[in-house]
Amino acid sequence: MHPLTAFLADGSSWITFDVSGFKAEFWSLTFDGLAYGAIYALIAMGYTLVYGVLRLINFAHSEVFISGAYAVVFTLSFLGFGGSPPGLSTPALIGDLLLAMILAMVVSGIVAVVLERVAYRPLRKKGAPPLAFLITAIGASFTIQYLIEWWRGPNAENSVIMFIPKPLFSVFGSNVDDQQLIIFLAAIVLAVGVDQFLKRTRFGRGIRAVAQDPDTATLMGVNKERVIMLTFLIGGILAGAAALFYVMKVPSGVIYNGGFILGIKAFAAAVLGGIGNIRGALLGGLLIGLIGEYGATLLGNAQWTDVIAFVVLVLILMIRPTGILGESLGKARV
Amino acid sequence: MTTASSATRPANESAVRRFRNRWNELSRPQQWVALIPLVVLIYLIPEINAPFLASTSVDFATSMFHAAEFAMIALGLNVVVGQAGLLDLGYVGFFAIGSYVAALLTSPESMLAKIPYLATLPIAMIVTMIFGLLLGTPTLRLRGDYLAIVTLGFGEIVRLLASIIPVFNGNVGLDNVGHPPKLLGQTFSNTDAKPWYWLMVTLIIVILLFVGNLERSRVGRAWVAIREDEDAAQIMGVSTFKFKLWAFAIGAGIGGLSGALVGGQVSFVNNQDFSVPFSVLYLAAVILGGAGNKVGVMIGGFLVAYIPDRFNSLGDKKYLVFGVALVLLMIFRSQGLLGARQRLLARGRQAYRQLLGRPEPITSESSVTPDGGAQ
Amino acid sequence: MTEPAEQPTEQPTEPVEGGIVAEVERMTEAQRAEHAAEVADVVAPDRDIAVGVGDTLLEMREVTMRFGGLVALDTVNFDIKRGEILGLIGPNGAGKTTCFNAMTGVYRPTSGQVLLEGRAMGRRKRYQITRMGIARTFQNIRLFGEMTALENVVVGADARHKTSVPGALLRLPRHHREEREVVERATALLEFVGIADRAADKARNLPYGYQRRLEIARALATEPKLLCLDEPAAGFNPREKQDLMGLIRKIRDDGYTVLLIEHDMRLVMGVTDRIVVLEFGKKIAEGAPAEIRENPAVIAAYLGVPDDGAA
Ligand SMILES: Nc1ncnc2c1ncn2[C@@H]1O[C@H](COP(=O)(O)OP(=O)(O)O)[C@@H](O)[C@H]1O
Ligand SMILES: [Mg+2]
Repeated sequence: MHPLTAFLADGSSWITFDVSGFKAEFWSLTFDGLAYGAIYALIAMGYTLVYGVLRLINFAHSEVFISGAYAVVFTLSFLGFGGSPPGLSTPALIGDLLLAMILAMVVSGIVAVVLERVAYRPLRKKGAPPLAFLITAIGASFTIQYLIEWWRGPNAENSVIMFIPKPLFSVFGSNVDDQQLIIFLAAIVLAVGVDQFLKRTRFGRGIRAVAQDPDTATLMGVNKERVIMLTFLIGGILAGAAALFYVMKVPSGVIYNGGFILGIKAFAAAVLGGIGNIRGALLGGLLIGLIGEYGATLLGNAQWTDVIAFVVLVLILMIRPTGILGESLGKARV
Repeated sequence: MTTASSATRPANESAVRRFRNRWNELSRPQQWVALIPLVVLIYLIPEINAPFLASTSVDFATSMFHAAEFAMIALGLNVVVGQAGLLDLGYVGFFAIGSYVAALLTSPESMLAKIPYLATLPIAMIVTMIFGLLLGTPTLRLRGDYLAIVTLGFGEIVRLLASIIPVFNGNVGLDNVGHPPKLLGQTFSNTDAKPWYWLMVTLIIVILLFVGNLERSRVGRAWVAIREDEDAAQIMGVSTFKFKLWAFAIGAGIGGLSGALVGGQVSFVNNQDFSVPFSVLYLAAVILGGAGNKVGVMIGGFLVAYIPDRFNSLGDKKYLVFGVALVLLMIFRSQGLLGARQRLLARGRQAYRQLLGRPEPITSESSVTPDGGAQ
Repeated sequence: MTEPAEQPTEQPTEPVEGGIVAEVERMTEAQRAEHAAEVADVVAPDRDIAVGVGDTLLEMREVTMRFGGLVALDTVNFDIKRGEILGLIGPNGAGKTTCFNAMTGVYRPTSGQVLLEGRAMGRRKRYQITRMGIARTFQNIRLFGEMTALENVVVGADARHKTSVPGALLRLPRHHREEREVVERATALLEFVGIADRAADKARNLPYGYQRRLEIARALATEPKLLCLDEPAAGFNPREKQDLMGLIRKIRDDGYTVLLIEHDMRLVMGVTDRIVVLEFGKKIAEGAPAEIRENPAVIAAYLGVPDDGAA
């Protein structure tokens, strides 16, 4: 056999076009994809907000998120959660999860704001070039990751199972479970909430003003520094919420570098939907979630998920360089 | 810390500047002659084996090979990041492709036809350049920030594919990668890094010459113009897309070459050594030394490779140290150890001398410090 | 100084004390004029232009430019004739810069066409438009800050050259030829606009006035058929403005066609041959400076809007 034929023929085992399996599972993949997508969307909103205001890819946002996930794990472990679901009554369970979420929001929010203070603000004061910001962001991301590794070691945290998902109802012959529904609805509620916050409140209008034209906004009396801090804070809070749902979905997925790939996919989601745009982040997140699930099943290997997410990102950017819903930033002027 | 550095800096900098001015006064042939002892010294380093330099974990020649490897990588990445201002966060992907090209074409465990190792070097460069073009064509039209994220994804994809696709043998990898034949009395093997070091240094010198040629030409000027203000460059007639693509492809090619060399030296390639932190280390080398400064980035590459070898006990904490160092560096000296410095005219010396009676831009060093302090 | 006859052109590559710049300082008036003529000769455009002097070089045909709901240019029509200095004036926000952006391909007009020498710009890229022969400066200076003044100008001159990676890598003959040409033209341009003494300084370290002139030199380096200057005198005091108008006249006399945006109407009267007036994206007047001065619509536009009011 010619070596090249062997090279190609060998492929049969690692890539399978499992169309019938894909068809059979289509709806259950869809529901799961939407749940994962909702988590990406919550993280993506943090990227989008910061990017909108500072034109900065806050590379360390994935670590803001993972800090929240650690907070969730610690809180729940403290409350007696572990490898099997606790036999709690529903109200007690909800209370515990809410507590974990609030603590995660606090931790992520604090990490985000401290990050802004320590790493980015000095650069802004100096008027450093954009590249310097991005590199600082990368440095900060590494710092947080390996601080966690130093403290917690290289292995994942023990899993904390919150509850066993129960099917609620069935759509097109596939079950939707309570977990999927909670995550999806929570993401929608938070997205709408942030959108309304930006539209209706004074702070929200301040954020949009700075995003559109920082100089004019400052002239109009908007406190730019406060707006920036607030933006990081909101992004952090959303990441904290994402952290709870992430642990809910992937109970044993909390590891020092666990935010990394998730963060990249969330950023991809933000770009996909149109960066600077909250609805875009939601749409992009859901799409990335769906595409990953579909692709992994179609190609017969879960490892394809990340590969596909990126390939789709590149393809969409080729067709629509400003994302699906378009950027909602002030256009650069010449 | 701040007070100490600001107290020592002026004296240091004026010494550096005096040295640079004197250096600038020399004609180019004189500069070449002046460099000969340095080059000889660099070649001799592994023979000298100074006890204070020797690292604790690996043997000295291997450690120097690592340093040279990083210097070459930094030189390649500098074309992309330092000169053209394109942020490539997936450089390790090109390095990986180069390694795999060398391994697939020489390892007995690969199912492809085998060719002599040295022939894999140009092939690795060409293949990685093609990948650079494939990745660059859709993304280089986009705004710069997107490139960062897409290249990052690319680096991960290469690693994932190396795990998924069977020919690459995943974690098991490809063993007994080839090596050059006996050359000038030197036997290449994976137990003695010295010949590999000499090969690497020689290739670095060749790359320096070529990259220097590019820098002092229309190409280098186009790159710096793009880095400084892409819109203005385009309006001044620079075909920005074409030159960005070139920068990207050239950077990729150098990354591929270094990958093929390292694959040969280690004699083993698997999917473990291509994770994103490497891309970040490479970038750290460039930024640390001073993006846009060829000598600077090589020093950066040397430090980034050598320090962890020397202080191997750090383990994974070296990433922590790098993370903190990057943040501090950006805050206190965002231009790196040596600031960006380029000569963009093949006949610049003559032109300045004719016009001003001075050989080279004298003011450029002072302006390298953006905060303008110190002086 | 003692042996003035020996110093000029004999051995140009010899290090001259102070170089050409210092030498020009030491020249007599007559020598200086002769040197200036030589410089102007190198700077003069050296390309074929399809239209004769006085004929239409660039035509704006029904150009409309919309940004969302805002109509920044509303069916604007005017011609630029080869060899003239055309003034484009109007209050702030009238659409003058947008007009430049539409001409130089920064934006595509929402509708209408821009034609150079009768050829429509169509969907040409920005760098192609530059090579076709339109060059510009920017209202807010956009130099390549880390490059020297000379290198900035050379980037402009590179627009007319062809060497790419293979040629530069192997230093092929064309590369050498172009490097020689480019440096010669760029040094002449720096002398022409009067900033040669700071040729070796990084652009961002130059004084403001030098930066404005450097932008002009860089644009001229592309050998444009039409040179567009966007408020080149912004931030200048009256004396500097006067000097700059002198330079613009000199550029025209050297064979270039100039389109000049200037906010200050009085100033533009002295230097232009014709003037087009924009207000709220519409052309409200066109004609010789004397006519424009008398035009009631123009007077209303300038009196109606406080001079520096609307941003
Ligand atoms: N990219 C853009 N997006 C939205 N509005 C723009 C853009 N460019 C210019 N404008 C608007 O077009 C109008 C004309 O602007 P401009 O051409 O800069 O005026 P001038 O140069 O005459 O002062 C202004 O109202 C300006 O705000
Ligand atoms: Mg304007």
